[in-house]
Amino acid sequence: MAISENTWVVLSGQFRFQWEEAQQCYVLLYPEGMVQLNPSAGEILSRCQQQTTIADVISDLQNSFAEADSKTLAADVMEFIHEANDQGWLDLKN
Amino acid sequence: MADSITIASDQQQSIPLWLLAELSYSCPLQCSYCSNPINYPQTRAAELSTEEWKAVFKDARKLGAVQLGLSGGEPLVRPDLEELIAEARSLGFYSNLITSAIGADAARLAAIHEAGLDHIQISFQGSNQDVNDHFAGTKSFHHKVLMANEAKKLGFPMVLNFVLHRQNIHQIGDMLKLAEELKADFVELANSQYYGWALKNIDALLPSRQQLLDAEAITNDFRKRHRGNMDVIFVVPDYYENRPKACCNGWATTFLTVTPNGNVQPCQSAQELPGLELPNVREQSLEWAWRESPLFNAFRGTDWMPEPCRSCPEKEQDLGGCRCQAYLLTGDAFATDPVCDLSPKHSIIENAVAKAQNIADLNIDGFGYDIDSAPVQPLLFRNPKNAKLLSKK
Repeated sequence: MAISENTWVVLSGQFRFQWEEAQQCYVLLYPEGMVQLNPSAGEILSRCQQQTTIADVISDLQNSFAEADSKTLAADVMEFIHEANDQGWLDLKN
Repeated sequence: MADSITIASDQQQSIPLWLLAELSYSCPLQCSYCSNPINYPQTRAAELSTEEWKAVFKDARKLGAVQLGLSGGEPLVRPDLEELIAEARSLGFYSNLITSAIGADAARLAAIHEAGLDHIQISFQGSNQDVNDHFAGTKSFHHKVLMANEAKKLGFPMVLNFVLHRQNIHQIGDMLKLAEELKADFVELANSQYYGWALKNIDALLPSRQQLLDAEAITNDFRKRHRGNMDVIFVVPDYYENRPKACCNGWATTFLTVTPNGNVQPCQSAQELPGLELPNVREQSLEWAWRESPLFNAFRGTDWMPEPCRSCPEKEQDLGGCRCQAYLLTGDAFATDPVCDLSPKHSIIENAVAKAQNIADLNIDGFGYDIDSAPVQPLLFRNPKNAKLLSKK
């Protein structure tokens, strides 16, 4: 499917997302496995726990990270959403 | 961004990310390749209480454990399973129930779901009632199918696990079909590995090379036709590899096992190793067991290695292989795992493989032959009677 900033996104119910103190990072948990997330991936997924639009994720990140370049940030989010969708971590709908 | 997303176990060598809680060795099944110790009935009286398990969970979580395997024996024999799952959930564990499904019904599965279990893994011993029930030693096939359907209705991610051996591996195509019908998310087609009970039964269980090649070909063909719907994992017996595996991802790097009576071990079979005292949660802290105990430090890293491992360029990859396998086959827990074709004792493996071929050539394979007239040792099912028999030897 075509993914745009108007696409709705939510973390797939097959994964659990949480902060791990011992590892100092966000992780995605699934049957007998785990993915460690880098800080930006963690920040993006922490905003996808309820269904939301990608545009809202981007604007929320811009509020939190005012120093970030807005074009780069939007491009990074779109790139990550594509990758995360390929991994099966997200449910998307237009 | 993808390059910064990594599987944690490669990096976090000092955190026991996985806690395997063997809640009880009691089990309604009698699988002849059971991973429990041969003398399992001796621990029955000393099982940890509900409160003791809760303390184990809490301490493991503090050490950074995040995946919890609730196993056994059969974990459903514990009437406090729901309470333990709820505790694990509140501590932030991702909990996996590793079960035969015997002891579950629709209401209990719903209660387990309500308590916060994340995932259920159901074992099958064959693809149909005859083979499954024969190798389980218990009438169980129909109930497993019912419970798998219930688990999917409740929305659990579901793994189906088929333990493969010489007498059921020909069913692999039907196993995959069954898994698909039951809407499994993952299927593990895992050949038995040969420690403990399985090693005692190796003559009856180890498949021939041709059987493995056939099974793998069917699995690969299935994967091609069903891309993306269901993940399929096929595990070869170590005996058919040229290099050993880094057992448990490396000794005391990732896995922490607590046995029904509270022993703390780096793997499920470590109690077989001689001369190493097992820490116990009733005597020592989990943190001490993981960081300080002689058992956990005995084979950490590569300093303990003798030749040919010590000078081997691959030593960081396989870490010398499995210590329990090395001990069981060579009598020396420090030896190179004989699975490695660089091991001076590799002929043990070659002989076992040759013997499996001879047995296959006798054409007595397949379920239904008369085991009493077969020229190999009959299958010894896991039960108290055989435990006693084998412990005496």
